[in-house]
Amino acid sequence: MAPPVDARLELEAVRLTALYGRRAVVTDVSILFPAHTVTAVIGPSGCGKSTFLRCLNRMHELSEGGWVTGQVLLDGADIYDPGVDPVRLRRRVGMVFQRPTPFPTMSIHDNVAAGLRVNGRRARTDVDAAVERALRQAALWDEVKDRLRSSALALSGGQQQRLCIARALAPEPEVLLLDEPTASLDPAGTQRIEELCHELKGSYTIVIVTHNLQQAARISDYTAFFYLGELVEVDRTEALFTKPAAERTEAYITGRFG
Amino acid sequence: MSARRVRRRLVSALMTGVVGALSLLAVLALVLILGHLAVKGATSLDWSFFTRNPVPVGESGGGVANAIVGTAIIVGLASLIGLPVGIGAGLYLAEFGSGRLGWIVRFVADVLNGTPSIVVGIFAWTWLVKPMGHFSALAGSVALAVLMVPMLARTTEEMVRLVPHSLREAALALGYPRWRTSLRIVARTALAGIVTGCLVGVARIAGETAPLLFTALGNLNFTTDLMQPMQALSLQIYQYATGPFEEWHRLAWAAAIVLMGLVLLLGVAARWAIRQRHGAAR
Amino acid sequence: MTVLPLERLAAPDPRRQVLRGVNAGERAYRGILTVLAVLLPLLLVALVSELVASAWPAIRRFGLPFLWTSVWDPVAGVFGAAPMIFGTLASSLIALLLAVPLALGVAIFLTEFAPAWLRQPVAFLVELLAAIPSVVYGLWGIFVLIPFLRAYVVPPLRAALGWTPFFDGVFYGNSLLAGGMILAIMIVPYIAAVSREVLLAVPPSQREAAFGMGATRWEAVWTAVVPYGRAGLIGAVILGLGRALGETMAVTMLIGNRHDIGLSVLQPAYTMAAAIANEFSEATTDLYLSALFEVGLVLFVITVVVNAAARLLIWRVARGTAVGSRAL
Repeated sequence: MAPPVDARLELEAVRLTALYGRRAVVTDVSILFPAHTVTAVIGPSGCGKSTFLRCLNRMHELSEGGWVTGQVLLDGADIYDPGVDPVRLRRRVGMVFQRPTPFPTMSIHDNVAAGLRVNGRRARTDVDAAVERALRQAALWDEVKDRLRSSALALSGGQQQRLCIARALAPEPEVLLLDEPTASLDPAGTQRIEELCHELKGSYTIVIVTHNLQQAARISDYTAFFYLGELVEVDRTEALFTKPAAERTEAYITGRFG
Repeated sequence: MSARRVRRRLVSALMTGVVGALSLLAVLALVLILGHLAVKGATSLDWSFFTRNPVPVGESGGGVANAIVGTAIIVGLASLIGLPVGIGAGLYLAEFGSGRLGWIVRFVADVLNGTPSIVVGIFAWTWLVKPMGHFSALAGSVALAVLMVPMLARTTEEMVRLVPHSLREAALALGYPRWRTSLRIVARTALAGIVTGCLVGVARIAGETAPLLFTALGNLNFTTDLMQPMQALSLQIYQYATGPFEEWHRLAWAAAIVLMGLVLLLGVAARWAIRQRHGAAR
Repeated sequence: MTVLPLERLAAPDPRRQVLRGVNAGERAYRGILTVLAVLLPLLLVALVSELVASAWPAIRRFGLPFLWTSVWDPVAGVFGAAPMIFGTLASSLIALLLAVPLALGVAIFLTEFAPAWLRQPVAFLVELLAAIPSVVYGLWGIFVLIPFLRAYVVPPLRAALGWTPFFDGVFYGNSLLAGGMILAIMIVPYIAAVSREVLLAVPPSQREAAFGMGATRWEAVWTAVVPYGRAGLIGAVILGLGRALGETMAVTMLIGNRHDIGLSVLQPAYTMAAAIANEFSEATTDLYLSALFEVGLVLFVITVVVNAAARLLIWRVARGTAVGSRAL
């Protein structure tokens, strides 16, 4: 059931509980995300999967009343250690949200460069090269290379989402968190993002929250099933979808609830 | 039954006419005021009106150069004081204003917003004029800044709150510290709205008279000394309009055109700024 | 989902608590903004304490009767603010009587009846009334409104209603009527703007329900939309009242500035704001000045109460939204 330990241990949650005030929305979750794999997190709405994802880059604590117990280990070091600056941590753990969020006042180029500049990388040629690399990784370069200086809002929804992925990739994070990145996209846009996941896992550890079971099956190496704030089961994706260990998992993937 | 139906329809049509007529009346008031300004003041607007200072009673001619410069200085200084405080307080309310202090600041801003400008005027008098021993443009600017800050704080807060939360999260997830998120992303996105608020605020204080009566006081001579009494267009209009001389009345109308033009210019600029925002959000 | 038992949460590890402001930039930013924000309460404290301190000699000398005695004699050093308080309330009342139907008419027309192409321009023009400086209203009042009243309004009024105490006496021009009318024009844009936002916040289902019962358009507005937004509309009116009470220049130029309580709107009167504007620089004795400060304090307290009431009412209609804040 546990993933094999052949991969270097990149990201691991240990007895992680996420709360709003006294209310726990993620309860006692321990899970391991091997390096250079794609792990899909599935489960019905309100099962805590998005909150869980937001604990992995310390975004949860920015919500009103949000706090956590337990540990999240990145390369063996607890990201909740008091010595860790959450701002610096987030530069190592990139995130892409459900809806495209290009910065409306910035050009395409500046959007992608935003995360670099805040990291102190300002040399022009350096920034330009990093922007091109990120846009190529996000498979957007060919579509926007002639209008890098125009507003990011002129792009289509799918392009905007790929721009956000490029923006997250530009500072070269180690982990990429995707929170239902295709929820607001059409099938063509969805397909592009899914292909991207495949290409990117060579360089990144990817955790993707998704509503869409087919999507999870298509793109992930591992799948974790959350229900009512608890991690019910995690396994290799084919294994989880073909012979789930838990009854609730089976009920969910066969469409009996959720 | 059908007679009643007809009557009800008639009432409906009649009331439509009534509210339409009332709207026309409101617009008519505006047209009349602006029209009279144009008719009564325009003929006095010539080059010397803008370039000369007032002349003693009995001589004809003279202008309001001192008042135009005075208004520019007093309002400019008031903006210099008021804009940073107002915008800063607004950002505080939007970013950190969920606690008790935020509640207090918001409440106080609303109270100050409703405070009559004459009360602010006498406050500035006790605060600055009395200790300094003489009237000054500086005291006038402070009084106007006091009027401007609460309004600016509330509009800035409102504009910043219009920025979608998702943008803030996106920046934070990218490793932006909160303060840079607030300035570089959130305030930057709300900039057009904030600028509009600033322009509206400046327009409002530019036309104020009451807070200047006992602070800047007015001055028939040209001065740029902040520590001395200084003329402003609004003060000059008041003095001329309530004075006994025909010549003064003529100049009052002309000065009113200039003041109205200034206020409208700022208003138009504000509209333009807000349009920029909608343009960017398209 | 799961509510953890209290004992497990009693002592959350402090290092798990939200770490806000961990670095210097963060602290500096928050610090600067906090200082700027705190300036507002400090300003209010300074304003109130200066007013009270300056008014204190008069408060001690005259006590509460200051509010209802009407002798204002600087030479004898006797001061009572009743005529100004009366004039302030009377001129504002006249302004409301004239402005409320007008402003509500505008708001109803703009939200319910006006064709789409007309809404923006008319709304803009009415709002423009708020941009005209007070002193320009005063100028217009002196040289246009008063001659107009004298020629066309007062004679028929006196002919029809001259037997009532309200239209008694000789009309000299500067009067309660002139002051009230100019105030009315000045507060129309405020009342109209907030009323409009209140009416726009009424859910369409209210109208549809009325139409569904066979109501005409006017009946839908008058029996469904207006009652639904009533609290907010009253708030808008009170907000206009707050504006009228504190308005200074135009009223000072038109109301006649006489310390008298009279019922006739054709007679000169006085308002608190006008008294300060007129007499402050002439106040030769400390007691005189102090009495004017007490007038300012009374005016301040009245406007604060009125504005707070307006805000509460508007909030009740559109809780959480910023209805009317543009006009505040």
